[in-house]
Amino acid sequence: MDPYAALLQPFIEFGFMRRALVACLALSLGCGPVGVLLVLRRMSLVGDALSHAVLPGAAIGFMIAGLSLVVMSLGGFIAGLAVAVLSGLVARATPQREDASFAAFYLISLALGVLIVSTRGSNVDLMHVLFGTILAVDDASLLLVVSIATLTLVVLAVIGRGLIVECFDPGFLRAVGGPGAALHFAFLMLVVMNLVAGFHALGTLMAVGLMMLPAAAARFWVSQVTTLAATSSTIAFGAGYAGLLLSYHANLPSGPAIILVAGGVYIVSVVAGPRGSLWARFLPRRHLEA
Amino acid sequence: MGNGVAAMTAVFSLNDVTFGYDRHPAVHHLTGSFVAGSLTAVVGPNGSGKSTLLKGMIGILAPLDGRLERNGLRQRDIAYLPQQAEIDRSFPISVIETVLLGHWRTIGLFRPVTRALRRQAEEALVAVGLDGFGRRPIASLSAGQFQRVFFARMLLQDCPVILLDEPFTAIDARTTADLLAVVTRWHGERRTVIAVLHDLDQVRKNFPEALLISREPVAWGPTAEVLRAEHLFKARQMAEAWDDRAEICRRSVA
Repeated sequence: MDPYAALLQPFIEFGFMRRALVACLALSLGCGPVGVLLVLRRMSLVGDALSHAVLPGAAIGFMIAGLSLVVMSLGGFIAGLAVAVLSGLVARATPQREDASFAAFYLISLALGVLIVSTRGSNVDLMHVLFGTILAVDDASLLLVVSIATLTLVVLAVIGRGLIVECFDPGFLRAVGGPGAALHFAFLMLVVMNLVAGFHALGTLMAVGLMMLPAAAARFWVSQVTTLAATSSTIAFGAGYAGLLLSYHANLPSGPAIILVAGGVYIVSVVAGPRGSLWARFLPRRHLEA
Repeated sequence: MGNGVAAMTAVFSLNDVTFGYDRHPAVHHLTGSFVAGSLTAVVGPNGSGKSTLLKGMIGILAPLDGRLERNGLRQRDIAYLPQQAEIDRSFPISVIETVLLGHWRTIGLFRPVTRALRRQAEEALVAVGLDGFGRRPIASLSAGQFQRVFFARMLLQDCPVILLDEPFTAIDARTTADLLAVVTRWHGERRTVIAVLHDLDQVRKNFPEALLISREPVAWGPTAEVLRAEHLFKARQMAEAWDDRAEICRRSVA
């Protein structure tokens, strides 16, 4: 197969492949920086918890309005936000730490979601909520994904400094009277929004993959917040492009293909990245003079 | 402000204040005031309530009893260096960016960092002996260098009141001397500095005022008066233990 047929032709020939690629680009731009901040805040698993928390909202939306993009997205957004807010409230009002309260509320939400899905279990459409349909992204959902990416980047540009300080030295931000809780909440809202964007394309189970895997991989290549975000977005888009091609040529489901490519990049980074990788640890270069 | 001279010049006035956790007092019935422009060392055995007192004064902890007056002082007028900052020391941020946070009052969440502000940050780094460290990631710093960075940040915060919780614990002699010079400079600028310390010689040499507590206040005043042998002996005698079945304190609240 010549390079043109392998790498470009699918996108030139088929509109659904082009749309899928644009959706991947938008998702990557939003999820890259959000994932990096999650990793830096040691909240990697919170992203996972929230992605599961989105499920009952989307399912209830489906029960009310069928396969309606707007209603399902709104439902997912509300459910994810409810879990984030309730966990945050419990963590701030009681001695329990946020990881435990997150686990509690997302499990409640997940069980509720599974209950709702199984009462309508035979419905194929609902499987799309779980596994995504990036090859069937229509104009409306493309618009939604792109809007969320745009909003995410704008919000991050506005509150980025606050988020970084809140993450780096929360005690200092409190002492100078900064709005720590408000920033934290705004950030969780961004996470939920991007997960909702992701679930249309990749499904609730896979959405968090495009957020966490590139962010975790980026740490082995660069070491500043801005370059981490850029690297993470680049890896995410690369994984989207390669994953789509893989699913096209090998006739595989697209969501898992994309996430597995991102996973491959992560493993290569752990083994061979220039910063703190296994390679750097076990085959160290000679030390410097000063 | 108040009528009396004391009310005019006191930064913190404590009136029979008790601070503590779960109703158990850690600072018990403390009365007195920190005068504006004073340089006070808070000393006492471990577990005697020194850190608790500082947390109470900046408002992290509410008094269990009594009254604490901050006399018009706003939150942002107080710079506070906690004993163990809940800071992420591996965070990918440079030394100069950390110091620039001291400008928070000017830049806040949204305003830009101007060249003049950046130059001030660089000057603060020079003042604490970290010239040329600006671009280094903070993850590469030693404990002593970290403490210098915090002092540089406090220089930029430019607060009239500065609270330091064990700033020189586990810090080498040279760093301590450099940072003590910064403290002395603050005192010369008529700022109010309150520091929790353990090295009594250091306190005698550098701090005109001292407060000795051991849960209960033992002595408060000029350092030479406070750090007398009988006071120190009394402070050591007081129990550290917290009694689960302690009775409700019946001492009257003034």
